[in-house]
Amino acid sequence: MALLTVEDLQVRYGLIQAIRGVSFEVNEGEVVALIGANGAGKTTIMHSICNLIPKAGGKVTFEGKDITNTPAHNLISMGMAQVPEGRRIFQELTVAENLRLGAYTRKDKGEIAASLEEMYERFPILKERSKQIAGTLSGGEQQMLATTRALMSRPKLLLMDEPSMGLSPLFVNIIFDMIKKVNEEGTTVLLVEQNAKKALSIADRGYVLEIGKMVKTGTGKELLEDDSIRKAYLGG
Amino acid sequence: MSTLIDGLSLGSIYALIALGYTMVYGIAKMLNFAHGDIIMVGTYAVLTTMALCGFPVVAIVAAVIVCTILGVVVEKVAYKPLRGASPLAVLITAIGVSYLLQSIAQLIYGAKPQPVNLINFGHVTFGSTTLNISTLVTLCVAAVIMAGLTIFIKKTKTGRAMIAVSEDRGAAELMGIPVNNVITLTFGIGSALAAAASVFYLLQIPATSPTVGSLPGIKAFTAAVIGGIGSIPGAMIGGILLGVIEKVCMSIPALNPYTTAIEFSLLIVILLVKPTGLLGKKRREKV
Repeated sequence: MALLTVEDLQVRYGLIQAIRGVSFEVNEGEVVALIGANGAGKTTIMHSICNLIPKAGGKVTFEGKDITNTPAHNLISMGMAQVPEGRRIFQELTVAENLRLGAYTRKDKGEIAASLEEMYERFPILKERSKQIAGTLSGGEQQMLATTRALMSRPKLLLMDEPSMGLSPLFVNIIFDMIKKVNEEGTTVLLVEQNAKKALSIADRGYVLEIGKMVKTGTGKELLEDDSIRKAYLGG
Repeated sequence: MSTLIDGLSLGSIYALIALGYTMVYGIAKMLNFAHGDIIMVGTYAVLTTMALCGFPVVAIVAAVIVCTILGVVVEKVAYKPLRGASPLAVLITAIGVSYLLQSIAQLIYGAKPQPVNLINFGHVTFGSTTLNISTLVTLCVAAVIMAGLTIFIKKTKTGRAMIAVSEDRGAAELMGIPVNNVITLTFGIGSALAAAASVFYLLQIPATSPTVGSLPGIKAFTAAVIGGIGSIPGAMIGGILLGVIEKVCMSIPALNPYTTAIEFSLLIVILLVKPTGLLGKKRREKV
């Protein structure tokens, strides 16, 4: 069943049409990768799904509900959390405060502490640094924090925007292992990546975006083996 | 000694006003130049309530309620429609709101300064120094208010949401924080602090006029910039510093005529040495 459906999405920046009628869907339980070069419109799609930037047209549904015009701050309690590009953790707050803000809309106060422990179990380094100001973490640790912060809302769908950006290969592996694990535990994942090889290797399905349009789709494996994609995105 | 306490007391008034500037700047990313006029409205609220019923406590509560509501209404009517507009448009709107409030006050109360008798505390004498009790009350109550505000920001969920919005509005939205409500709340808190400042101001100078808020407003703004605009402890330190300097300069006959010039020169010097203010942080532009 489709958890997230995007139909004919259009986004404009002034006169420039950045997204020119993009449609795709994410089914329950899947990892779906959206790949494309720098400037293809991947982050624009992520931001417009969540209404951080306005749509010029199209329709977005989540669990059958129309969320085309739902304000960003209402989406998280519906079960949709986003790990934004560039991590965007709250630098002046501590690690623990960042995680607690991830659970801002949760009403089950007693269970938030349990979720916090769960995140510390995933990444023990975060527990060690729980009282540390988040701005002092390394890039990889900040990505761990941004991801667990999103998980604190117990999302059904996790949107991840360029999680590998600026990370060392070691951390890239750690983050992708985590995405796989989170998915196995039942969370659906929409993953936007420039690192196409990594993304497609864990994705059930993928979409290829070129200057604001979807040009190809298939299973992760099909796309990995596709000649034109190998040439364009996977380094031959 | 009494000069220092006078300075701390005046400084805490500046600090309360500066907090309003700095919190609104930090969270809504705008300079609310109508903030000084909220103080003016507070003094007239005291004037009117005292004329109607004569109970200082009622007058103080009335000032806080009137200012808080006014701050929230101004935000909703004048600033909210401009969310996402150019900073210059918002700035000009704020100046417009400032003139509007002054003109309305002038229409209702006339342009002449009017005496406002709130409470006369008298004074106490310790050895050779005589202190006004109102000065001590101002200092103590302002300290309690600022401590309360600091605890609220640091320890409550709403306070942390405010920090989150000031740091990254988009990311705060993604956490489910209703950013517009947080901004409205900030205006409400800032205006309530301005109301408190207006009460303390009347304890020191028991008179008001439609432009009474201008000079304390601009001085508190200076204090906020000296402390580092956007920084809450910065506003407190900047305010106290400016108040102490003002009273010290006034007590030295040779410097007295130049007091205001010295205060604003301090701003220039600090901005030359540390452009972000004493506690201001340099924000990295996102790539």
